[in-house]
Amino acid sequence: MQNPAIEYDYTVAKWFSYLAILFGIIGMGIGVWIAFELAFPELNYVAGQYSLFSRLRPIHTNTVAFGFTLSGIFATWYYVGQRVLKVSMAESKFLMAVGKLHFWLYFIGALLAVGSLLLRYTTSKEYAQFEWPFDIVVVLIWVLWGISIFGLIGIRREKTLYISLWYYIATFLGVAMLYLFNNMEVPTYLITGMGDPFHSVSMYAGTNDAMVQWWYGHNAVAFVFTVPIIAMIYYYLPKESGQPVYSYKLSLLSFWGLMFVYLWAGGHHLIYSTVPDWMQTMGSVFSVILILPSWGSALNMLLTMKGEWGQLKENPLIKFMVLASTFYMLSTLEGPIQSIKSVNALAHFTDWIPGHVHDGTLGWVGFMIIAAIMHMAPRFYKREIYSKKLLEMQFWLQTTGIVLYFSSMWIAGITQGMMWRAVDQYGNLAYSFIDTVTVLHPYYTLRGIGGLFYFIGLFMWAYNFYKTMTASKAIEKEPQFASPMAA
Amino acid sequence: MFSWLEKNPFFFAVGVFVVIAFAGLIEIVPDFAQQSRPVVGAKPYSLLELAGRQVYIKDSCNACHSQLIRPFKSETDRYGMYSLNGEYAYDRPFLWGSKRTGPDLHRVGNYRTSDWHANHMWEPTSVVPGSIMPAYKHMFKNVADLETAYAEALTVKKVFNVPYDKDLNGDGKVDVPLGSFEQAKQRALQYALKVAEETKRQDLVDMVKQGKVPEIVALIAYLNRLK
Repeated sequence: MQNPAIEYDYTVAKWFSYLAILFGIIGMGIGVWIAFELAFPELNYVAGQYSLFSRLRPIHTNTVAFGFTLSGIFATWYYVGQRVLKVSMAESKFLMAVGKLHFWLYFIGALLAVGSLLLRYTTSKEYAQFEWPFDIVVVLIWVLWGISIFGLIGIRREKTLYISLWYYIATFLGVAMLYLFNNMEVPTYLITGMGDPFHSVSMYAGTNDAMVQWWYGHNAVAFVFTVPIIAMIYYYLPKESGQPVYSYKLSLLSFWGLMFVYLWAGGHHLIYSTVPDWMQTMGSVFSVILILPSWGSALNMLLTMKGEWGQLKENPLIKFMVLASTFYMLSTLEGPIQSIKSVNALAHFTDWIPGHVHDGTLGWVGFMIIAAIMHMAPRFYKREIYSKKLLEMQFWLQTTGIVLYFSSMWIAGITQGMMWRAVDQYGNLAYSFIDTVTVLHPYYTLRGIGGLFYFIGLFMWAYNFYKTMTASKAIEKEPQFASPMAA
Repeated sequence: MFSWLEKNPFFFAVGVFVVIAFAGLIEIVPDFAQQSRPVVGAKPYSLLELAGRQVYIKDSCNACHSQLIRPFKSETDRYGMYSLNGEYAYDRPFLWGSKRTGPDLHRVGNYRTSDWHANHMWEPTSVVPGSIMPAYKHMFKNVADLETAYAEALTVKKVFNVPYDKDLNGDGKVDVPLGSFEQAKQRALQYALKVAEETKRQDLVDMVKQGKVPEIVALIAYLNRLK
């Protein structure tokens, strides 16, 4: 409150918040649908070939990662950026225009890219499925975001960069580097003048392609699902709770530690594959080391609540954020365990992996974005949050959903992994492959139900947000810490 | 040093970039050349196989099927010899997958036949009771895009020196001919006719005889090649 004269402009932050809600519902709706397809295969045919599992799965992952999560990241950037730099977007017509252009290009680009996947345009590389014309659009979107970040930093009043900014900058740089190198591809039409103009062929072949892909794939997780989410929690948790960050030194250690260690860990996706053994071992070892900076950030956040745990009872937004940190700890312990070679031999290729991904994405990423957007809502509209009760219900419903999700996938994954290797008394394989599929039916069903709970929670969130925007009680001035809520 | 960096965004960004960039250099670059070498006997994909591979990619078969046999007895018993680096030398992109909702396919050509695949893709439960894989009936109607497959083959030949139209084993014969599009297409049609006949489905044979290769035929040619 050093400079109460600054009127922050939340236009772009609001737009991206709407988009986060929209893409969250679409992406996770598809997720729930394909989860049930595995339990009840007839569901594959509801929309002909367009609803086949294999067609929808990449759309699910891309919509959630690059629709829901990126929208959340951009929404919070356009909010947090101004506030920690003590400068308003309204002060620069240029940055305002860049922000708006960033939004529209992103929105249109996202729709086109998803449409292209539905029409079977895919490079097959996970989280990098978009064909080359869409890759170019992605690069443009990213450049616009970069201009926005460094432009705002350029006109800042607060000279020292707050911790959240470190993470936003790292997100920008990390994704730029990874995306560019992994999507190096040669458009076949440009070389030969024949065939489909959208088609391209990877610059890397075989094992090299796999190494580049998982260097990217793992670190797309790092720089989309981890780094920017830490940026958020370092701002929103202290702000909502009114507590200072527990330790500056711990945040330093965690930040630089995370930057240094994360990139090495990609090799854990390729254990027992044909990549060099030393690289597999590096992937394994660095994954275990990664516990340190990950838990550093998470503990720093939990300790920020020291002496103020009463807020956990009173404030559902604090609940969301504290549980997000906790899921982050769970997920960053589980990942390294799966990276140990002997565990990986069992876990790789099974449902334990999607289980791991989802306790991170639903628990950590999803909860943090939900909390961030609900924290911003009263500041956007100068109204109190419409219903605390609804927020509480959403929290418990979604938490139950996540627990159902990961526990069923743990059981499914370990069951399947054990069955694949089981032998009878003569040393012959005990089960045919299909035995190891049919046994999973109850767990697939349970997982679908867990996902459905989370999905219903999204509608409660959207409704609460909408009512806050339109029908909630007005507040006179912007709340400084805890967000005001109607019962 | 850190508090100085936090006041100087440019150097901060440079610092972050250096710290995140060099892991990739150290892990990926040293073995890059060695890993590009094909194993003895590895051959590029023929036009029809490549068209089938594109179908495999278009319908994201790799979302549920791996092509990577790990060196464990339980895997070699189930799928065959474990995978070797040099076998993938012509795979752009790689198709190892990350999840086995269905079984591995790296050597499926050794133990499944064309008619098995056709029946399976038409109605999976007819050959694997209890299967949760959906049917891929549109592949029986869609025509494979041989022109794009040719564009890809020609691109990798020109840009990456993939050995089409070359004698690989020194027996004086070209191993994988490509030639002009017309030549390659005629060869693909002949090959497709053989595969279509193996499926024992007259509709597929008729389509090929009209000069149109159904996607399923190209896909089966590709799957049969995986050995």
